[in-house]
Amino acid sequence: MKKLIIALITLAFTSTSSIAGPKIEVLHWWTSGGEAAALKVLKDDFAANGGEWMDMPVTGGGGDAANVALKARIVAGDPPSASQIKGPTIQEYDQEGVVAPYNIDEVAKAEGWDNLLDPMIAAIHKCENNSGPYCAAPVNIHRIDWMWANKAVFDANGISVPTTWDELNAAAEKLQAAGIIPFAHGGQAWQDATVFEAVAMGIGGNNYYKNCYVDLKESCLRSETTVKVFDQMRKLQGFTDEGSPGRDWNVATGMVIEGKAGFQIMGDWAKGEFTAAGKVPGVDYYCAATPSNNGYLYNVDSFIFYKSSDPDKQAGQKLLAKLMMGKNFQKVFNLYKGSIPARLDVSMDEFDKCAKTSNADIKTAGASGGLVPSFAHGMAQGNTMKAALQDIITEHFNSDMSSVDAANALADSVLANM
Amino acid sequence: MFKWLEKNLPKIVMAPAVGLIGWFVYGFVLWTLYISFTNSKILPKYELWGFGQYEKLWASRKWLISVDNLLVFTALFLIFCIVIGIILAIFLDQKIRAEGVLRTIYLYPMALSFIVTGTAWKWILNPTLGIQKMFIDWGFENFTFDWLVNREMAIYTIVIAGVWQSAGFVMALFLAGLRSVEDEIIKAAKIDGAGLFTVYWRILLPMMRPVFFTSFVILVHISIKSYDLIVALTQGGPGISTTMPALFMTQAAFHKSQVGLSAASAMMMFMAVAAVIIPYLYSELRRENAR
Repeated sequence: MKKLIIALITLAFTSTSSIAGPKIEVLHWWTSGGEAAALKVLKDDFAANGGEWMDMPVTGGGGDAANVALKARIVAGDPPSASQIKGPTIQEYDQEGVVAPYNIDEVAKAEGWDNLLDPMIAAIHKCENNSGPYCAAPVNIHRIDWMWANKAVFDANGISVPTTWDELNAAAEKLQAAGIIPFAHGGQAWQDATVFEAVAMGIGGNNYYKNCYVDLKESCLRSETTVKVFDQMRKLQGFTDEGSPGRDWNVATGMVIEGKAGFQIMGDWAKGEFTAAGKVPGVDYYCAATPSNNGYLYNVDSFIFYKSSDPDKQAGQKLLAKLMMGKNFQKVFNLYKGSIPARLDVSMDEFDKCAKTSNADIKTAGASGGLVPSFAHGMAQGNTMKAALQDIITEHFNSDMSSVDAANALADSVLANM
Repeated sequence: MFKWLEKNLPKIVMAPAVGLIGWFVYGFVLWTLYISFTNSKILPKYELWGFGQYEKLWASRKWLISVDNLLVFTALFLIFCIVIGIILAIFLDQKIRAEGVLRTIYLYPMALSFIVTGTAWKWILNPTLGIQKMFIDWGFENFTFDWLVNREMAIYTIVIAGVWQSAGFVMALFLAGLRSVEDEIIKAAKIDGAGLFTVYWRILLPMMRPVFFTSFVILVHISIKSYDLIVALTQGGPGISTTMPALFMTQAAFHKSQVGLSAASAMMMFMAVAAVIIPYLYSELRRENAR
């Protein structure tokens, strides 16, 4: 009995304190159903490997609140170990000197990330202008240029999935004549820009997209092609209903699910709404890429790792990076989230039809030069430039601005923010 | 010792509050001022850069739109709140039955947060959900009320929601003011043959000068700071047509990696508030000294 008590006391002491092991504090905004469940997989993995996970969830505004909290922590000189930051913003933080590439690059080398990722996706996660050591880990790839259509509505009106923008316009006119809202759209700046980039890639082509929205060439922005893209945006605006401005994206998805509207153009997170409503891809709804020449607009969520002098936290960062890029987490997380794994060698067997299409298309697009970063979701440009583009796109979409004026305003806005 | 304590106790009790306010309000105002002179992007930097952010700010179309919107909103918000507030106060001042209940009803919107007000009005004003749909369903096929989604008119929907929320508060201020007037004055006026309208217009309202002043200051600073109402109601849309300075500031700091620009816009708002508050404080203090 006495021995047992002593054993218990020692256990109590050792288990609560004194174990030095990997520690991590993660700032994130994955708190809703599927995302939280996926994150739990990662937490459990982390604990199973002897790590201590300190959760710092900050909800609200799709990451807005988390951004505020993150900046406050960094300014106070006490950044978390890791947080959700993506795209060129990784470089912005790196230039501020708060990112720590020194330990996760070791993991990346040991695990061979260069062979596991598409080179373009890999470059995003390397500090020092995309060519240095790895300082961030990708968790998924979202596709932006998706069209979500209600199959029953399309069938009833004799419409098949459009493969060109002209076909899409014709289909929309048919729906409009039948008294159905053709295009379910939420008129918020980021949603306007989401549609715009799909149109730009589709009508302008992949090289036009790269010249204009990745390289920001003025001649490209002012070109005839940009005018055509804005013309198509104006047509699409005519296919929305008058309740569209300010509507949230998931409400617009709901309109497609209920058959009130024909289709929506939105990233693959919209699939979650269909799944939640018990709809099956190919049976109840179509998930098809918007018309383009084998284009693929990608949006990759990643985590970056901040400088820390605590060896336990450094060990935690290494462990987290390894687990995040692990096959198990990449599969489970993306099953929940609707996206596809960033790692190329994960089996797609358990994924649904839409994810399989996405996974096949990204390989075709990668081979043919159609893999392009989304600017509306902060993959092609930093925050300042993204906003500069977005402001003009949303202003054009919500006014009677002419396409020529819009193209010039777009170029001017870019130049003013260079 | 006891005497010393007794003499200095108020100061000792106040000291922490003064210290905290000094640091967290005035300290941070100065910090923001400093940041507005730097080229801070995603995070604050401390190398001075001059007036660049202010030049950028006043060259920005979005900022100019937001200043325009602020002027329109402030003017209408003030006028409607005060006029409606006075009218309600005068009606309630007639010693009517159930005054307590009515007063609570009018004042109740003030208890809601602007987010709730904004969301409710967003649904009411949405043409496919709210008033317009209701009238169409009743058979008025051609009825349109699409201000919320019309870029020219959207700013006025913010005025409607703002007035709905704040007019009751102005009413309470005026009602308190009217009730503090001694009955003799009113009786004297009535004996001299003044009608009810004349009593209010020539005698009572002119006596309400301090109440006007208080309402003015409170409403103006609510309007300059207004952020949550816009976020809930329009998110600055359609397009960027209902952007306001506070929204511009938050977006610049947390969405656009323009911390310096954001600080500059914050300083402009600070100056606008100061321009309203300082004359008020000055006149108040002068009156107190004169006493």
